[in-house]
Amino acid sequence: MTERSASPATGIAVGSGIRRSFRRSRPIRAAAHVSIRQRSLWLIVLLATLALLVAASVAIGTRDVSWSDIWLALSGQVESIGQAAVTVRIPRTLLAVLAGAALAVAGTIMQGVTRNPLADPGILGVNMGASLAVVVGVVWFNIETAEAFIWVAIGGAACSAIFVYTIGSLGRGGPTPLKLALAGAATSIALSSLVIAFVLGRNDIAGGLRSWQIGGVGGATFERMEHVLPFLAVGFAISLLSARKLNALALGDDMAAGLGERVAFARTAAAFGAVLLCGATTAICGPIGFVGLVVPHLCRLLIGIDHRWLLPFSAITGACLLLLADILGRIIARPSELDVGIVTAFVGAPFFIWIVRRQRVRDL
Amino acid sequence: MTQHSLTVSDLAAGYSDRLVLDHLALDIPANGITAIVGANACGKSTLLRVMSRLLSPRSGQVLLDGKSIHSMPPRQLARTLGLLPQSPIAPEGITVADLVSRGRHPHQGILSRWTHADDEAVAAALEATKTFDLAERAVDELSGGQRQRVWIAMALAQQTDLLLLDEPTTFLDISHQVEVLDLLTDLNKTRGTTIVMVLHDLNLAARYADYLVAMTDGRIHAAGSPNEILTEDTVQTVFGLQSRIIPDPTSGRPLMLPIGRHGMIHK
Amino acid sequence: MTTAACSIEAIASSRRKRQNRRRTLLVAAALLLVAMFILTLMLGQSFTPPADVIRVLLGQDVPGASFTVGQLRLPRAVMAILAGLSFGLAGAAFQTMLRNPLASPDIIGISVGASAAAVFAIVVLSLSGPIVSLFAVLSGLGVALLIYGLSFRNGVAGTRLILVGIGVSAMLESFIAYILSKAPAWSLQEAMRWLTGSVNGAQLGQALPLLGALIVFGGLLLLRSRDLEALRLGDDMAAALGTNVARTRALVIFAAVGTIAVATAVTGPIAFVAFLSGPIAARMVGAQGSLLIPAALVGAVLVLVGDYCGQFLLPGRYPVGVVTGALGAPYLIYLIIRVNRTGKSL
Repeated sequence: MTERSASPATGIAVGSGIRRSFRRSRPIRAAAHVSIRQRSLWLIVLLATLALLVAASVAIGTRDVSWSDIWLALSGQVESIGQAAVTVRIPRTLLAVLAGAALAVAGTIMQGVTRNPLADPGILGVNMGASLAVVVGVVWFNIETAEAFIWVAIGGAACSAIFVYTIGSLGRGGPTPLKLALAGAATSIALSSLVIAFVLGRNDIAGGLRSWQIGGVGGATFERMEHVLPFLAVGFAISLLSARKLNALALGDDMAAGLGERVAFARTAAAFGAVLLCGATTAICGPIGFVGLVVPHLCRLLIGIDHRWLLPFSAITGACLLLLADILGRIIARPSELDVGIVTAFVGAPFFIWIVRRQRVRDL
Repeated sequence: MTQHSLTVSDLAAGYSDRLVLDHLALDIPANGITAIVGANACGKSTLLRVMSRLLSPRSGQVLLDGKSIHSMPPRQLARTLGLLPQSPIAPEGITVADLVSRGRHPHQGILSRWTHADDEAVAAALEATKTFDLAERAVDELSGGQRQRVWIAMALAQQTDLLLLDEPTTFLDISHQVEVLDLLTDLNKTRGTTIVMVLHDLNLAARYADYLVAMTDGRIHAAGSPNEILTEDTVQTVFGLQSRIIPDPTSGRPLMLPIGRHGMIHK
Repeated sequence: MTTAACSIEAIASSRRKRQNRRRTLLVAAALLLVAMFILTLMLGQSFTPPADVIRVLLGQDVPGASFTVGQLRLPRAVMAILAGLSFGLAGAAFQTMLRNPLASPDIIGISVGASAAAVFAIVVLSLSGPIVSLFAVLSGLGVALLIYGLSFRNGVAGTRLILVGIGVSAMLESFIAYILSKAPAWSLQEAMRWLTGSVNGAQLGQALPLLGALIVFGGLLLLRSRDLEALRLGDDMAAALGTNVARTRALVIFAAVGTIAVATAVTGPIAFVAFLSGPIAARMVGAQGSLLIPAALVGAVLVLVGDYCGQFLLPGRYPVGVVTGALGAPYLIYLIIRVNRTGKSL
């Protein structure tokens, strides 16, 4: 086996990105020369898409509501069933935007920190960790307040992230995509068995079992969202501030240190931001996978590998994607609806497989 | 001493998206030591993979005693032609004796039992490679040089008349490199085993091989005895390197000295 | 170059010693399984004396014991053993083939196809009985084939197979969760079976397809065990030793998926048994020789003991899959410690 150079080629690292462009991945080479003008253009397109999707999310649902009712509901009137339905859709839309942005940014950071194209809060078992922590908190410590839920979920997310990363990076070659994905899958199974073991003993919360297995934004209220907002705000701030550090880390730890970056600190800070984001999201939505995997890849194709652009773009694209998935879920399964976690799995898994097929075996 | 002919005729081979070898023909001298040399990505490992059946050719053939190896039953081929790949994997915790005895795989059927001949082959392989004293040790605990000798022992237990090796000296320090190549030469001298190996080091190749194959760009640039092949012109074409060739004072084989841009004594 | 007779003898005797050790361990594991089997038949809510157990097994009518042992405990124990053998065997086959202790069929999603199909057949199509098994086996093979096909590019590399499997299984798991959530009257018990696996309500009639599959597919795997051993040395080395790598791999996938699909159709995916059995067996018999039979025995003991613990030793009643699933978590931590010590990759 030939020794790999310091940075395993993920398509994120600048060096490998250039090296690979000779062979196959034309998108990456194209992305390396994306001009500010192109980026601004994409920004406008994405923002417009987001606005359209927000409007669609308020207007479309399992129940058909007339335009006049939608308008009346938006101006605060809740008299007919249709108007009531629309009123429920408003917080739901907002939650989808926030959760999508948070998960996508968390995914971008995890891919950057681990230099691993398959990193995603769902694949790495982080969402399951948050679920388990909340269940344990409810069963053993009788936690009830929304703040406690969030703190516990973030703690659980952090523990499982550290755990999976530790297993995945042991041995030869550090955290290769293969080892991380396997460690994440195994941990997820173990954690979900534990979730079931806890829930089974308590008939009062057993009914909520599926909310710890599949994520959704259906039950959103403004009141519940208020509690996560500070966490999300801090998470987004830390993430955006780590952009430059992530650019340095992309060149490999040794190179980043050579460029004067404090590697351990940079990595911990960025990872903390990601954990805040996905922990808080999981606390109110449950586990939603694959948004964090798909979005960063899409954004890299559009605007290149500079994290200063990549992170905000991921946030917008993530919001669009989760909104779209949620709207689809409401349309496909009429008269009931599909949880958004199921829709993202069905969209995201084929994408995951596509990425795997694109990589050379040695890079896995 | 059985004589086997191994010939490659009009071979084209590669991977799904690119052709690595094209119109390649080669005759491996029986009972000799052949070394294949060339720059990185010139196709030398691919050639070895095709010759050992790990890769199927697009067109052309590899003939062992006149029969195409790609249409032979795999076990039958494995009793005549052995291969030591570049990165074989030792299962965790396996002992040297057990690993070497895995070389008997092609000699055993689905239900056949272990025989005296199998024990004899394993013992002989351990002795020939001077690893007998390591027999009960775990392979994980051995040094790089010892481990490579154990892998060669395994290939020996396979008792093939031809042995192909893909860079058998990579990751070894110089004394272990020489040790491994000496061992292969012993085999060739005492048993008449035909040896074909890909080597990185041009000087070691010239020192140990009877027949040198220089490859460039998926073709064979030149093949023949080291004295004919290792010339300043060849090094220039194959490696794009300016060099001086002098006779090796100890072996009489040619010795290549790279010049580089700063290697000349200024007068 | 002749080899001295004494050194041949030394090699032969050390080989015999290894074989004897292995044989002894296998016999010990088999005896342990039999002992556990008898014990679980004796113990439960009430104690049944061994003499009564044996009389029931021989088909005699014993008042009381005929019901508790013959109707309740025996089918359950038989099912646990057969399922355990199947999961252990198939798990070890995959781990050996892919040279990775984490690459068992339950983790890389090869077996999720069978669960998804079984859930679909039972909940949506309202089927029951052997037809569900058939459905599960066919879909299990279909999904395995899909994973195999999707990971095909210049041949199938083990790493790609594992990752594609993880992707497909993520999709199927949310499919299962969706169907369960939409089931008209999804009882928690039924859901549990499909999320973690259990042998609750086992009947002797269900054991027949399981036994048949174990004989056919398991036999196929055992016939290939030597080629499987060669694969442990790397694909190239195995090919150099005269193994047809592609054919062996395809056959092993086929047989292992067949074994696991039938077991899954009956008991649901009993979490982590396929994952745990191989490495435990490896600790037991070492690296020498095939792990298939030792792993099958370990799997059977795991399910049998796990089911007993879930029923009687823990506060509350848990399906066996929850017990084995929870066992898997500390094992992962143990893997870390061991890997740290030896410096090996997973």
